[in-house]
Amino acid sequence: MTERDDAYRDGNSLAGPLSEIFAVDVTAAGGRCAHCGLTGPVATMRVYGSAEAMVGRCPGCEEVMMRLVRGPDAAWLDLRGTVTLRIPLPPD
Amino acid sequence: MGIISRGFHGRSRDGDVKLPPGQYLTHDFPVLSAGPTPRVPLERWEFTVTTEAGQVHRWSWQDILALPSVTPTVDLHCVTKWSKLGTNWQGVSLDVLLADVETAADYALVHSYGGYTTNLPLEDLLDGQAWIAYRYDGEDLMPEHGGPARLLVPHLYLWKSAKWVRGIQLLLEDEPGFWETAGYHNYGDPWREQRYQGD
Repeated sequence: MTERDDAYRDGNSLAGPLSEIFAVDVTAAGGRCAHCGLTGPVATMRVYGSAEAMVGRCPGCEEVMMRLVRGPDAAWLDLRGTVTLRIPLPPD
Repeated sequence: MGIISRGFHGRSRDGDVKLPPGQYLTHDFPVLSAGPTPRVPLERWEFTVTTEAGQVHRWSWQDILALPSVTPTVDLHCVTKWSKLGTNWQGVSLDVLLADVETAADYALVHSYGGYTTNLPLEDLLDGQAWIAYRYDGEDLMPEHGGPARLLVPHLYLWKSAKWVRGIQLLLEDEPGFWETAGYHNYGDPWREQRYQGD
């Protein structure tokens, strides 16, 4: 159905907004797509939308993996399209 | 035939423009999407209304074009704070499409090609407030603006005017859509600045 690539940014554009919420850089975490199972860094997602409302889509199947809405005094993070996030940590 | 949608009575002419709170005026037409632009061949395009009883009403592209159309001139207000005034559309009123639909539903969930959804009370689709629009400014509606056809419900923030519309599901109970489940306001009245949950 899609004939051309649409304008989207890569998942690195999530680094700033997510650093407000998480103490770690989530774009380095490995996300597993709930739809197709593809696993890869959050930074490889295809990011659509505005600064107020971002949609991270799987680079494999284009399904929604993440939605991030930023209001003036709260953020909403919807990760139902992501099964897991593997967050690299320094060794104990 | 020009129809000015209700909710815009307060606006006077350019230079003394009354905008909803927090909005700024723009003259271009910004494009915002939650995903890739779906390309639907017209011979496969269809629009459906599905009742709470499961009854499906179907219109092909030719069916839609054969229905009486109107040319509303309306103001658009996007939750990302731009407003565009006096936009010219052509489309079919939802009053026409829902005229023969038997339903006791109070709510509607709008579905788009590409998977987007948005919800609103059914009464907000009636009484000359909403259209399935297929032409903008005298031209066929471009895919980036929701073509071949989009919902136009301009008295609510523009995320409710679903691009690439494919159907409306009539429901007895409200079911939040794509953005409404992720922090956006359930109703989205720009004049009451209902941007986010809790506004």
